[in-house]
Amino acid sequence: MEWILNNLPRITDLTLAHLMLALPAVAASFLIAVPIAWAANRVRPLREVVVSGTGLLYAVPSLPLFIVLPILLGTGVRDTFNVIVALTIFGLALMVRSAADALDSVDAGVRLASTAVGYSPAMRFFSVELPLAGPALLAGLRVVSVSTISLVSVSAVLGVQSLGSLFTDGFERAIIPSIAAGIVLTAVLALLLDLLLVAVGRLIMPWARVGQS
Amino acid sequence: MNHLIEAFEVLLDPDAWSGPGGFGARMIEHLWYTALALLISAAIALPVGLIVGHTGRWRALAVISSGMVRALPTLGVITLAALFVGIGLTAPMISFVVLAVPSILAGAYAGVESVSPATKDAAKAQGMSGWQVLLRVEIPLGLPLIIGGLRNATLQVVATATLAAYVGAGGLGRQLFLGLRTQDYPLMLAASIAVILLAIILDALFELSQRLLRRRMGLV
Repeated sequence: MEWILNNLPRITDLTLAHLMLALPAVAASFLIAVPIAWAANRVRPLREVVVSGTGLLYAVPSLPLFIVLPILLGTGVRDTFNVIVALTIFGLALMVRSAADALDSVDAGVRLASTAVGYSPAMRFFSVELPLAGPALLAGLRVVSVSTISLVSVSAVLGVQSLGSLFTDGFERAIIPSIAAGIVLTAVLALLLDLLLVAVGRLIMPWARVGQS
Repeated sequence: MNHLIEAFEVLLDPDAWSGPGGFGARMIEHLWYTALALLISAAIALPVGLIVGHTGRWRALAVISSGMVRALPTLGVITLAALFVGIGLTAPMISFVVLAVPSILAGAYAGVESVSPATKDAAKAQGMSGWQVLLRVEIPLGLPLIIGGLRNATLQVVATATLAAYVGAGGLGRQLFLGLRTQDYPLMLAASIAVILLAIILDALFELSQRLLRRRMGLV
């Protein structure tokens, strides 16, 4: 406890750095996954290829991806952009499937009815399909947010600052409280973001009992 | 791109593969860690998961534990274990098991639960005992999901085994961290590509076995 109090400023900085890596990746994977999933559902023969193909990315171990990706991006291994892109890829691996399933779960009759009353495809997507798929999309997003927050820390072995730095520092200098604080804070961060997502879900989708998909 | 070519030169160089610290030996080490961790985790998680699925008791516990493992940072688990038990294989092995057990557990109970109640009732009506229902009906029918749990656990362990070298054990992570410390990017890259290929090949083997199984069961 004493160690934590003595290092509070550094822990705060690392927590913020952690969020700066995780939050853009979570947002990006959601914003990219939904259009991919929508397109995959429209072009039926491609659906399985796209969904399984992105799912396969999840098989790629995180540390090697952090190292291979700079070749494609032209960045350095320690660039935050590199880490964010890698995390987004893992997010996509989870999110494309759940978004495709979520959009697919919208009742075909509802879709036909909305077309019949004169919705254009774009209007139908935003005012019918998206709200109806919302709770299932949120469920997928929650999984992505938890796993992204825990994945960030691996990048610390490359020298990228995050709560993971508490693990590398703690290991190299044999400070158990440092590692323990890192694990607890990662879990707390994951939990807080999850609660935030649930709260936002209740706010924008009052018709759905969020979390009971 | 030059780095990529150099990395493949490393991977295609027979000298890099031979010897006690070569890629060949490290890859076998990596596979051995994975197999041992899976064996230990399956010995713990399969019986528990099957019983949870069969009896329906402690189900909440199994669900929570498999959800929690996602939030657990692997690097934190492995470094914490290393500080407690010291450098070597024990610490990584403990963390592999901690990370693999929930996936296998989830797969096992989901597999048993996925069998339709009507099928279970029919088996009981035929005069099967609880054990017979589990062994002859629930396990065979739940096998694709049970293997799915093992598949997730394998991916988790192969990835985490790369970090074992960070706390003094072997595996392909050795080459990766050697490259990192000596600023030898092609070597890091070569090791990373080797780990990625290993993970994808193992995953593909699981995919294949699940497909064959579904076909044999007449599900596809």
